[in-house]
Amino acid sequence: MYSLETRKLCKGFGALTVADNIDFRLEPGARHALIGPNGAGKTTFVNMLMGALAPSSGQILLGGEDVTRTPQSARVRRGLGRTFQITTLFRNLPVLDNVALGIAERDGTATRIWRPASSHKEIIEEARSLLAGLGLADDAPIRVADLPYGKQRLVEIAIALGLRPKVLLLDEPAAGVPSHESEIILSNLEKLPSDIAILIIEHDMDLVFRFARRITVLVQGTVLVEGPPDEIARDARVHQVYLGEQGHA
Amino acid sequence: MSGYSADPRIRWTEWLPWLAAIAFFFLMPSYLSLGARILIFILFALSLDLILGYAGIVTLGHSAFFGLGAYTAGALGAHTGVTDPLVQLAGAAALSALLGLATGAVILRTRALTLLMLTLAITAILLEIANKWTSMTGGADGLSGVKVGEILGLFRFDLYGRTAFFYCLVVLFIGWWVVRRIVFSPYGAMLTGIRENAARMHAIGAPVYWRLVVIYTISATMAGIAGALLTQVNQFVGLNVLGLEPSGDILVMLILGGVGRLYGAFIGPVVYLIAQDYLAKQYPEYWYFGIGVLLIVVVLFARGGILGILDVFLRNKKTV
Repeated sequence: MYSLETRKLCKGFGALTVADNIDFRLEPGARHALIGPNGAGKTTFVNMLMGALAPSSGQILLGGEDVTRTPQSARVRRGLGRTFQITTLFRNLPVLDNVALGIAERDGTATRIWRPASSHKEIIEEARSLLAGLGLADDAPIRVADLPYGKQRLVEIAIALGLRPKVLLLDEPAAGVPSHESEIILSNLEKLPSDIAILIIEHDMDLVFRFARRITVLVQGTVLVEGPPDEIARDARVHQVYLGEQGHA
Repeated sequence: MSGYSADPRIRWTEWLPWLAAIAFFFLMPSYLSLGARILIFILFALSLDLILGYAGIVTLGHSAFFGLGAYTAGALGAHTGVTDPLVQLAGAAALSALLGLATGAVILRTRALTLLMLTLAITAILLEIANKWTSMTGGADGLSGVKVGEILGLFRFDLYGRTAFFYCLVVLFIGWWVVRRIVFSPYGAMLTGIRENAARMHAIGAPVYWRLVVIYTISATMAGIAGALLTQVNQFVGLNVLGLEPSGDILVMLILGGVGRLYGAFIGPVVYLIAQDYLAKQYPEYWYFGIGVLLIVVVLFARGGILGILDVFLRNKKTV
């Protein structure tokens, strides 16, 4: 059984096809990268996996169960977590609250309406230890908007981890981060629990080839090729897509 | 500030409004009816703050619940012989809650301008019903002859408005306490999350729509109770409790005081209603002009309302 699977997943906007019969499988504990040139449909694919966007046809299975029509919140409760390409945080709230809100959703505390939030020590402790694990222990009381961008990217990851996902979708975790800081993000990604199946979408090829044990190349909404990194690196078609573009430019 | 990093303990400054209200009772005995009116609108503003300030639901239709509560208490007192004030309050609360649930479940699937127009439409429909259903509501003449009995069979509403003032003060205190609990609870923190970033709330697994329906219903209930209080204090209901105007008024009051902060709902109605009372006596034709100027000043120079100005002032003092 796969952690996450799509069968003949399609999505079109009018005449434009952005996902064309995508068959994709994520093994338990996978470190899988999805790469492809701009406009290949990577983010659309992630949005369909999450349930933020409905596919035109095809199937999505999470842990073997069909979740094609399941709303996003229910998929998250079944163990699907994500980070956003464009930082999507509670900017005016402290870092601690950003993580605590997610943990509270996971364990059902979020709907409790009487006891003060700050008296739920177990949630606060868990949030603190998560932040400490990502080197953000001292940033807990700081408003997210006041954090440097690289740390905001780590808060994205911290929130996702607070959900204890079985499958984690990382949408360009190092997007917009200067290269010397992306090292910190990579080292944190390498420390993630090995039982989480991770799908990473990334433009930074260094990061992809160091992190992923399997790579899928998406071009114009279809899977061009899939395999281990060394095979992908040698593949002529992949060179065509990436280097060919450069050649014309 | 609410949420997981906030200290939920009551600070000494939070007792000031209550001390001020008690001082008002003894120092300004001839203004008790204005005082009761202010307390009622504070409760109404608090209910609006819960959905607008914390959950980020923008509405021009909050008078629907206020008005329904007012007419429910009025109809009970005038037509059915149910004169116990607390039973009237409970009836108003129940019907307002039902209306909040029913309309919230429909309109909270929409957002922004659509949502704003739908809220306005609902209170406009209620206004028209109240206008036409004269046998029940008295129509444009208003509903008079509302009988209100003794509170708990003990306290009669007196001519000077003493009982009315204390009655409103106690109900407001309970309302404030409930709102304060909610705001500081995980649910309150979660609502702040929805206001700050709904996409993120979806991604952490929150069924945002249902969460909004629940708080909308709670807020509607409170607004209905405030409306019922107004009826009981005046022993009369007029059409001016429904429609755009009271919705706009309460919104202006909350913005004046400061949205998204518990005590903005206290400051706003005090300033607005006292200014209205004073200006309407001095310049009966132009009093809205004064309110307009006040609102422009606050929106242009103090986005956090009057409390926001105080904040800035206090912070500067600290750093100096």
